[in-house]
Amino acid sequence: MAKQDKQPQHAPDTGHEWDGIRELTNPPPRWWMISFHASWIFCVVYFILYPSIPLVNEATKGVLGWTQIGELNEAVAENDKIRAPFLKQVAQMNGQQLLADDGMRNFAESSAKAIYGDNCAGCHGAGGEGAPGLFPVLADDDWLFGGDIDTITESIADGRMGQMPAHAEMLSPDEIGQLADMVLAASEGKATPEQFAQFNDIGCSGCHGEDAAGGVINDLGNGAANLTDRIWRFSNSREEIIRTISYGVNQEDVPNTRVAIMPAFGEKLSPEDIKMLAVKVHQFGGGK
Amino acid sequence: MTQEKDTAQDEVRAKGEGTEQAIEEIYADAVHWHVNTGGETIHAMRIGGRFRRLKWYAGALWLSYFLLPYVRWEGQQAILFDVPGRQFHFFSLTIWPQDIWMLSLVLILLAMTLFGVTAVAGRVWCGYFCFQTVWTDWFTWLEDKIEGNPIQRRKLDAAPWGAHKITLKLFKHAIWMLIAVVTGVTFAAYFTDAFDLWYRYITLDAPMVAWVVLAAFVFGTYVFAGFMREQVCFWLCPYARIQSVMMDKDTIVPTYDEARGEPRGKVKGKIERGDTTARGDCVDCHLCVGVCPTGVDIREGLQEGCIMCGMCIDACNGVMGKVGRPGDLIRYTSRKELSGERLPYWLKRPRVLTYLTIFTLAVSGITYGLTHIPPVELSIVHERQPLYLQMSDGSIQNKYTIKAVNKTPDDLHLRVSIEGLDGVELRIDGGHEVLLRAGKLIPIHAYLRAMPTQLSEENSKIRFVFESVGSPDKISLTKGSVFIGPKK
Repeated sequence: MAKQDKQPQHAPDTGHEWDGIRELTNPPPRWWMISFHASWIFCVVYFILYPSIPLVNEATKGVLGWTQIGELNEAVAENDKIRAPFLKQVAQMNGQQLLADDGMRNFAESSAKAIYGDNCAGCHGAGGEGAPGLFPVLADDDWLFGGDIDTITESIADGRMGQMPAHAEMLSPDEIGQLADMVLAASEGKATPEQFAQFNDIGCSGCHGEDAAGGVINDLGNGAANLTDRIWRFSNSREEIIRTISYGVNQEDVPNTRVAIMPAFGEKLSPEDIKMLAVKVHQFGGGK
Repeated sequence: MTQEKDTAQDEVRAKGEGTEQAIEEIYADAVHWHVNTGGETIHAMRIGGRFRRLKWYAGALWLSYFLLPYVRWEGQQAILFDVPGRQFHFFSLTIWPQDIWMLSLVLILLAMTLFGVTAVAGRVWCGYFCFQTVWTDWFTWLEDKIEGNPIQRRKLDAAPWGAHKITLKLFKHAIWMLIAVVTGVTFAAYFTDAFDLWYRYITLDAPMVAWVVLAAFVFGTYVFAGFMREQVCFWLCPYARIQSVMMDKDTIVPTYDEARGEPRGKVKGKIERGDTTARGDCVDCHLCVGVCPTGVDIREGLQEGCIMCGMCIDACNGVMGKVGRPGDLIRYTSRKELSGERLPYWLKRPRVLTYLTIFTLAVSGITYGLTHIPPVELSIVHERQPLYLQMSDGSIQNKYTIKAVNKTPDDLHLRVSIEGLDGVELRIDGGHEVLLRAGKLIPIHAYLRAMPTQLSEENSKIRFVFESVGSPDKISLTKGSVFIGPKK
């Protein structure tokens, strides 16, 4: 490397001169030249070690064999290693034990956040707020099949599909209208004994119970809704209630029937994931 | 450091009439002292004096930097930045990330101190206390001891490589490196147990981050104090660039008294001793340039390279003594003072008062913060999705997540209750008493229920009240939140 002259007026020139301005051949400062050579040497080394030159199908691989996905997989594996002992504990504990242990409950809830977002939030909402008339609210304390941790786990793993027969051809429009009035009154606690008698005579109590309090309170396990509380599975408008009574729920070959199917996740998710999901659902605020 | 030259001067004074020889001596090296143009290493001469002593004392304060990591307080390291544990221990104090707002006040405080000092006396921070100049000072002192005085050093640099030169250079760089390593280890020691760290460095068992910190500091210390030196002050340091806005005509800075010094001229023999009529007092010995660690000529006036260390004042006063002229030809003085005006008392300057006011505010803020660190750091997050929910009995439920950090060294039992909304029902998993483990953050779900008839408006302001149960010091905390119901 040529030594730079600090005083430009002393520097050698090319012999070119225009109007008294000389073209100098003063070399760049030494530190600059060192940096320059270090830079290109770094580039060559980098090109050899890492994937760099794009070819027709893919880039050169580099002798280190480094890949982005490989780095990601390593990071994921490292994370899995940290989580492994906790997941093992989840596998060994049942739902109640998970709820009772502050630390594990936190772990379960945090872990389930992503699983819930991927699998559940589409219908039930990010905070379990459901979708009015379409998908049930998970955060309230009204349950079709039961709000204890074990039943929630079962619902997620095996799915649910309640049934309600269509009554349009069995009952007259008047009778259906009277039943709708009874249901509206019952949710306010104002249904009369006469209305309850009609409810029983028609046979509604077979599924909803004589008190109309539904499958969970009467321990029937059939998913029949509680008609005496303020929560509506579908709607609290009289027309919509008439529709539900007329065409039922999940009836094949009934065109206007309501569709209410919870798919089973037992095959798709691991038992640990389902357990942690159940904890999260339980903690939305309505768990029993 | 100061003895040799001091005694030399004393001898000269004692001889009295031996000044002629002394005057000869003054000029003997003058050819070697020239102004820094950036092209070569500055080998500044070291001369004793008031400001030289002051510089040593100020620099010695940095020794505490090397010692503090080993101080133990209440069974643990007195000063510890526990990054993984997210705590900062300072003797009895423990600062949590939530208290970090005080850091901004500390930074303001430091900035104001720097600004205030600069407004009063220029860049004395640079001259006496900046780690860059202090470490450089130690490095050049060692260089002076090992390789000899500046003239010998220049000669050595120019000499061909031989056994003698290699030995001296190796020895110097080894000691520099040693200081750099100790500086680096010391820095790292503020972030972990200091003794354990030494052990881990020595057994080559330290974590990666410790090696990186050490490497960065060793490299930084060695290169900045050993090679870059005043170049850092010239073109790396931002403070050097902004200092000029803080100085004015009242700021006292090392200044050459031009009216007294000019026209400068070499003294010859005894004829001009004490005679100041023909010429100015400056004897043009270039010693002020020779001792300058940044290689500026103070006689050119205030300039960017001047770090205001006063070394030129010491040198000039020594020379003035030798030639029997009054000292303080170069002195700490302001432009105003030099032009014959009276300097206002430093506390009466609006600029200083402004800095002082901000300084006081910052100190008050920090004092308040340090005395009011809450034992439990609370945040209550109201669930946003859904904001509220109707329950089967028609009541409205709101969900909250309480995040509580227990900053005390003991577990705490807190009883939770709600104020501000009558008839509201609180449900917390595990009852109304929550256990906060020492030093841990635990999120707790809380559910509040109220009948719609109890809500007079859509958003009701409520307060969560936490009261300690059973612990000796009563802790009572409130945190505001909101209960949201259907639109009214």
